[in-house]
Amino acid sequence: MSIPKVAFFDFTSCEGCQVEIANFDQDLLKLLQAVEVVEFREIMKETCSAPLDIAFVEGSFSREKDRARLQKIRQRANLVVAYGSCAATGGINALKNHKPDYKYKVEVYGADATLPHLETQKALPISAAIPVDLAIPGCPVDRAEFVRLVSDLLHGKAPTIPNYPVCVECKKKENICRYELQDTCLGVVARAGCGALCPTNGIPCEACRGFVDNPNVDSLVELLIKTGMQPAYAAAKARMFTANLVEE
Amino acid sequence: MAQKININLQHVTRVEGHGNIVVNATNGKLERCEWQVPEAPRFFESMVRGRHFSEIARITSRICGICSVGHQLASIKATEKALGITVSEQTEKLRRLLKHGENFDSHILHVYFLVAPDLLGVPSVMPLAESHPEVVKRALAMKGLGSRWSSIICGRSTHPVRIVPGGFSSLVTEAELIELKKSILNIVPDVEATVKTLQAVVDKVPHFERKTEYVGLVDTVEYGLYDGQIGCLMPDGQKTLIDVEDYRSVTNEWVSPLSTAKYTRHHMDSYMVGALARINLNFQQLHPEAQRMAQELGFSVPCYNPYLNTIAQFIEAVHSAFTGLELIDSLLAAGMRDEELPVITPRAGRGVGAVDVPRGILFHDYEYDDAGLCTSANCIIPTNQNHANIQGDMDKLVPEMMRANKSQPEMELHLEMLVRAYDPCISCSTHYLDVTFVK
Repeated sequence: MSIPKVAFFDFTSCEGCQVEIANFDQDLLKLLQAVEVVEFREIMKETCSAPLDIAFVEGSFSREKDRARLQKIRQRANLVVAYGSCAATGGINALKNHKPDYKYKVEVYGADATLPHLETQKALPISAAIPVDLAIPGCPVDRAEFVRLVSDLLHGKAPTIPNYPVCVECKKKENICRYELQDTCLGVVARAGCGALCPTNGIPCEACRGFVDNPNVDSLVELLIKTGMQPAYAAAKARMFTANLVEE
Repeated sequence: MAQKININLQHVTRVEGHGNIVVNATNGKLERCEWQVPEAPRFFESMVRGRHFSEIARITSRICGICSVGHQLASIKATEKALGITVSEQTEKLRRLLKHGENFDSHILHVYFLVAPDLLGVPSVMPLAESHPEVVKRALAMKGLGSRWSSIICGRSTHPVRIVPGGFSSLVTEAELIELKKSILNIVPDVEATVKTLQAVVDKVPHFERKTEYVGLVDTVEYGLYDGQIGCLMPDGQKTLIDVEDYRSVTNEWVSPLSTAKYTRHHMDSYMVGALARINLNFQQLHPEAQRMAQELGFSVPCYNPYLNTIAQFIEAVHSAFTGLELIDSLLAAGMRDEELPVITPRAGRGVGAVDVPRGILFHDYEYDDAGLCTSANCIIPTNQNHANIQGDMDKLVPEMMRANKSQPEMELHLEMLVRAYDPCISCSTHYLDVTFVK
C-alpha cells in the first residue's frame, strides 16, 4: 500500500489546531513516515491535484460562499475529518449564534456593516455543509488523541472518542471537585478525552470538546443556579463552546 | 520596464489566515496593486458582551492559535485594571517569563517554517526533511522547546489554562523551572547554528526600503514586550511615548473596501508594528547576546527594510532565550511561593491592557458592569495595524520591480515574501470593533 496522502484545510478558526502539528517536536518526523502531507496552506506552498486519503478541515462553516470550497474538498478526499472544535461543533465561533440581542454586524462594523465582503451567517460545524467521516473535538485538539485517531483510521479500525463526562477523568486524577471549591464546572456533561486538563490546572471545565451524547443541559443549568449564579447567566455559561448543541 | 503583469495570488500560503495579492499592469502602466484580506469575520468583541470577567481571557484567547498567550495576558491585564486587581512580583515575573516563551516559540515557527523555505529555494519545510534533515530537526527541537516553555508555566501553549485575574490558578514548581532552564541551555547550540544558517542565506533577503513610522511598547523594566508605554518612532528619529489608555489616538482605525479587517494610521499614512518596530525602538535594551548575534548577522538600527523583520524576529528569539534564563534564575533565587489568588469583588469599570505579541502591539479594552459582566470590548490586533503598511510597501515595491524589469514569477515571489515577512496573523486581524463606550 502506498503511503496515504493527507491535506489540511482551514475555514473560520484561529488555526491553533493546525499550529499544534508543529508542536510534535521530533515525533513529527515519525508521523511524516506514516503519511504524506501534500497540501497545508498554513505551512506549505505546494498544492496537489491527486485524490486525498484524508482531508483534515479546521474551522467552522460560517459563510455560504465557503460551501463550494468544502464540497470540492469532499470530492477530492476519501475521508473528511473535522479537525478541532470549530469544525466539529462550531466551537467558540458559535457563541454569536444564540445571543438574543445579537446585532453583530452593526455592533462590530457600525455604518460599514452592509459592505458585501462582511457577509457571514451562523457559525456551524462543517457537517452542516458536507458529510464528515470523523469529528475530532478539542480547543485545541489533543495531540495524543489526534495520533490515536489517525492511527485507527489508517489501520481500518473504527476510531472512538469518549462518550463519558470529564468528571470521570477528573476523578481519576484525584482532583478536588470544583463544586467543592465553591466554583462551577461543566465537566458533569462535557465530553472527556482531554484528561480533565482544565480542572487539573485549577480552572473549571468549559466543555471545549462539546457535550456527551444526550446531555442533560437543563440539569446542568439548575446545578449552576444552585451555586448562586443568575439564571440568565447560568444558561449562557452552559453554551460557551456548545452553542450549537444547546436547544434554544 | 515590465509591460504586462497579471498577479492574482488567492490565499497566500505559509501565512496564518487568508490574504490575497492582486497586481495588474498593461503597457507598463500599473492599474491595480492590492493587498486584500478576505478572512471570515468572527465578531469576538460581540461574543464577550454579557460574559463574566473570569472567562473573558479564555474566550478572547481563541482569537489566535499562535499568540493565544499574548491575547490572554493583554486580556487579563485589561480586566485587572478594570476591577482594580494588582498582582504580586512573582506573578509579574512569571508572566514576563511566559511572554518570552511565546516570543521564542512564535518567532521560531515563523523563521523556520514560514520564511526559511523561500531563502533555501524550496516551497515548504517538507522537502527540507530530506535535503536538510539537520535544519528540520533543529527547527522542530526549537519549536518543541517554545511550546513546552509556555506549557510548563500556563498548562498549555495553545489556549493556556492557568492565566487568571490576579495570578495563576496553578503554579509552576521550582523543579519544573530548573528543568526549563536546562532545556533552554540545551538549545543554545541550536541558536548558534541558526546564526550560521541565516548568515548563509541573508543575501537572499530582498533589498528594499521604505521609511515608515514604527510603533511598539517601550518599557522601563526591560525590552518592550510585556508592558510599558506606546512608543512611536518617526523616520527622522523623533520618538514619542503615549499612555496605553490613549491607544485610540495612535490606532485611528478606518475601513477599507479591500478588507474584512480595519486599517490604522497615526502620524503617516501607515505604521509598522512587530519585531522590526520593537527593535528599532528598543535596540539598546536587547540582551548582550542578542546584540552580538545582530552584529554577526550584519543587522543594525534604524532598519527600514520590512523583509528584515524576519532577522529582527530571530534576534528577539535570542533575546528571549537569554532573558528567560535570567528570569528563571531570579525566580529561583527568590524561591517560589504558593500565593493565594485574591478574592475578587466585581465592580463597574473599564480597563485597557497592552502587550507586544510576536507580530506587534496588541490592545484589549473592556468595560464591566457591577456584576462583573462585560458590557463592551475592543481588541486591536497587530496584523490589523500592519495591513496599511503592507499596502504602502507594495505601492512602492511594484513600480520599483517594474522599472528593474523583474519577471512576473520573481515579482510574485517578492510580494509573497513581503507579506510573509510581516508574519501576518490574519485570522486574528479581522476582529475589530468600533464601539462607543456608554457612560
